[in-house]
Amino acid sequence: MSWITGVGLLPFGRHEGKNTLDLMSEAAALALDDAGLKRGDIDGVLTGYATTMPHIMLATVFCEHFGLSPAYAHGLQVGGATGFAMAMLAHELVAAGRLRHVLVVAGENRLSAPGGRDKVVETLAQVGHPVHEVPLGPTIPAYYGLVANRYMHEHDVSEADLAEFAVLMRTNAATHPGAQFREPITVGDVLASKPIARPLKLLDCCATADGAVAFVVSRERTGTAAVRIIGAGQAHTHQHISEAPSLTEFGARLSMDRAIAATGRKLTTTDADYLAIYDSFTITLAILLEELGLARRGEACKLARDGYFSRTGAKPLNTHGGLMSYGHCGVAGALAHLVETQLQMTGRAESRQVADAGLAFLHGDGGVMSSHVSLIMERQG
Amino acid sequence: MSEAISYQRCAPCGHVWYFVRSFCPKCGAREPVTSRASGAGVVHAVTIVDRAPTPDMKALAPYTLVMVDAEEGFRLMAHGEPGLAIGDRVAGSIVELAGRPIPFFKRA
Repeated sequence: MSWITGVGLLPFGRHEGKNTLDLMSEAAALALDDAGLKRGDIDGVLTGYATTMPHIMLATVFCEHFGLSPAYAHGLQVGGATGFAMAMLAHELVAAGRLRHVLVVAGENRLSAPGGRDKVVETLAQVGHPVHEVPLGPTIPAYYGLVANRYMHEHDVSEADLAEFAVLMRTNAATHPGAQFREPITVGDVLASKPIARPLKLLDCCATADGAVAFVVSRERTGTAAVRIIGAGQAHTHQHISEAPSLTEFGARLSMDRAIAATGRKLTTTDADYLAIYDSFTITLAILLEELGLARRGEACKLARDGYFSRTGAKPLNTHGGLMSYGHCGVAGALAHLVETQLQMTGRAESRQVADAGLAFLHGDGGVMSSHVSLIMERQG
Repeated sequence: MSEAISYQRCAPCGHVWYFVRSFCPKCGAREPVTSRASGAGVVHAVTIVDRAPTPDMKALAPYTLVMVDAEEGFRLMAHGEPGLAIGDRVAGSIVELAGRPIPFFKRA
């Protein structure tokens, strides 16, 4: 068993003049305060990677900078799945009795660093194969554009259908003061936005941001927050889209089944009161929700249009606005989903609060639907 | 004269793949056979890249990227002529694009 005892989330957007370590430190300080812990209480530290600070020992660099001397620390990287993979590892380490309080922290000045968005697009394209893909000039949106094209063909889904998820994330972000983009948008706005890798357009894509997130995973509760991780699982089916077993079926179901098995209980994703699902693109949400059993094949967009995933709907999803509208600053991007989940489960989500977040299912993917990590969180009492 | 697209095949287990390796990723057998593909295939997915990642590719944008199922049983990413759609029968070879060898497909 492990408890999420404290969380810290910075506003995402532009943090001019701050580097990765500055941002990570701010989030870490917030998380420690929220957990009621001091630096000396932390005996484990997990970080991800930072494209703007590609150091081979980021965890140690952060610990020195922030003033920690833990018994256990290292970085970890599985692309967009890194955040939930760190949460899973912290959970396993704490549950095994190895550590008492693990600080998980990530942050990046991805938007304001030299090179800005152009540099980000070029750097991230490198998840492709260095010989057989990258020389063709693909981008992350292009890999997902291929996936979207195939999905739309197989399930008779339109660009306007996919746009529903961009609209939903923006609607959610409008209620969060820390979100990068809060101006409401319509399906028409998404369709009219600049083409990036057709069928994907600018507003189908996540937003490049500066930001940071941290949280503490503890063996025991430290305060009133009573949210625990009850299961976690992973699945890794391929790295490159060229070698993916399918362009429309990925490892999400396998990963979540393992997370559910780890709870030792008979749960299904439809038991969820709250959903935190990686939304790098509109297509990512559609496919993941369907693979996770939260919509029938080809019908996730329709459910979104009907309000099923809205804050007041049956399965509230990413109420902070997700990667598409709260923003995406690398590893911390998905960690914002986890922080929002904890805030919802502790009744601290302010105007975004959902009716009753007792049980939450979280899922993230890295690469091109390559690495999958699932978490199940439950409120105690 | 354009070159042919090549692929690999494992003699012991029959597995066929595209990314070059010195062993079979399925059974581990060494010394896979590298062969020239016919170039015939079917388009599995298409995207049109408007936002290119690098200055040299920006000069070519917008360009069409395709996933093609080759008749030999492997799948590859390639450039394609404008207007290609899922299910189109195509013929491909290696051409020079942005100064490097790139697999390129046209309607068959």
